[in-house]
Amino acid sequence: MINILQNHLSEFISGFGITLLSSVIALVLSLVLGTIFAIMEVVPNKGARVIARIYIEIFRNIPLLVITMFFYVVVTKIFAMSGLTAGTIGLALYTSAFIAETVRAGILAVDSGQMEGARANGLTFWQAMQYIVLPQAFKIVIPPLGNQFINLVKNSSTLAFVAGFDLMYQGNEIASTTFDTINTYIVVGIFYLIITLPLSYYMRYLEKKLA
Amino acid sequence: MAMIEFKNVEKYYGDFHALTNINLKIESGETVVLIGPSGSGKSTLIRTVNGLETVEGGELIVNDQDLANKKTDMNRIRKNVGMVFQHFNLYENKTVLENIMLAPRLVLKRNKSENEKIAQALLAKVGLADKGNSYPKQLSGGQKQRVAIARSLAMKPKALLFDEPTSALDPEMIGDVLNVMKDIAKDSDMTMLVVTHEMGFAKQVADRVIFMDSGKILEDAPSAQFFDNPKEPRAKQFLSQVLNH
Ligand SMILES: Nc1ncnc2c1ncn2[C@@H]1O[C@H](COP(=O)(O)OP(=O)(O)OP(=O)(O)O)[C@@H](O)[C@H]1O
Ligand SMILES: [Mg+2]
Repeated sequence: MINILQNHLSEFISGFGITLLSSVIALVLSLVLGTIFAIMEVVPNKGARVIARIYIEIFRNIPLLVITMFFYVVVTKIFAMSGLTAGTIGLALYTSAFIAETVRAGILAVDSGQMEGARANGLTFWQAMQYIVLPQAFKIVIPPLGNQFINLVKNSSTLAFVAGFDLMYQGNEIASTTFDTINTYIVVGIFYLIITLPLSYYMRYLEKKLA
Repeated sequence: MAMIEFKNVEKYYGDFHALTNINLKIESGETVVLIGPSGSGKSTLIRTVNGLETVEGGELIVNDQDLANKKTDMNRIRKNVGMVFQHFNLYENKTVLENIMLAPRLVLKRNKSENEKIAQALLAKVGLADKGNSYPKQLSGGQKQRVAIARSLAMKPKALLFDEPTSALDPEMIGDVLNVMKDIAKDSDMTMLVVTHEMGFAKQVADRVIFMDSGKILEDAPSAQFFDNPKEPRAKQFLSQVLNH
């Protein structure tokens, strides 16, 4: 194991860097998109609700790999993109559908009196959302959001299928040249833990801090 | 000039006819108490005044704007018409001071130092000068309601709506809240519409009492006249029920 790590340190590190980069970008994107679609699901406007519903149902009911392949094979003919880009977009869209559902549940869990009080107080719907409802909704859904984030990091391994040069891709390459499959994937697993464990710890800390 | 005027207002929830042919005029500065049995439409009526409920027919003029008209900007009405709820609806994620200062900051663009000065003065007025940095969950029901009143007053509204402001409170808290409301009613510019079961408050403070049943206004009379000699048999019956327990 130590041998594999020493002999291929630069590949592992570069794969780790790509996985981290792709995860961070996809996390931010999916959080923004997920929040937007969650809000669209609760606005009075029916058209917005229908659009959000369609978006969410599409992206959460198709395998991530299919979404990623669609960008890597089809969309790339119109907008040329690397495997990393296609994989990161796929990851962001796929995860955003789950985050939208999570955040929506949070919004619905906030007492409706909060929105009503804010509107009666003169705030617009958007101001009430921004200052009153969303902060309370996010606080409620920190634990399930943490799960989504951790899933996102692990799911970034789909980049390996579209030549994304991520951790999983590097692991596959190293395993196929060294034939030391077991040790290679143990190292890969440890590198994933380096991202997911602190993330999981941080979400717990946030949950406690905001409680 | 009437602050609030209902002209033949109709309200439906689906097929259910919640308000029938409401005609009601409340002058600027008046204090009006709205009473009636449960389900008679009191909350529905008061909530139409700041657009929390829409109306389906007639005209509802509040501060010179018609709420029956879909184009009317509700936010402009709500700047001038505050509301106090049975369950307070304080912002749970904000301190007491932030609760009071948020809408003036966002909606009226009031500057920070003035905003803070007004908020502190209002907290003192409702007897909670030392609670500015508390969160709602740290307050008793009576304290929450007084903060909610201060929050409404911070917008310097022309009218205030109260929907059963003391119904969720322990008996020993009710007096404090009613005293604050009596204080506000003394301000001759403030228009108040109050749904309450506190008949003592109605007798003492209201200029007029409106009695509703089944979505209709059955009686609209000066307070003294209403309590001494209600005309409608339903109102008589209702009064004997609420006064005898
Ligand atoms: N959102 C709604 N959808 C359907 N029906 C409603 C809705 N809100 C109120 N109603 C109905 O309208 C009628 C009047 O309700 P409202 O809440 O105005 O009564 P109220 O006089 O305030 O009663 P209470 O003293 O119990 O608060 C009731 O029959 C109620 O069931
Ligand atoms: Mg009611």
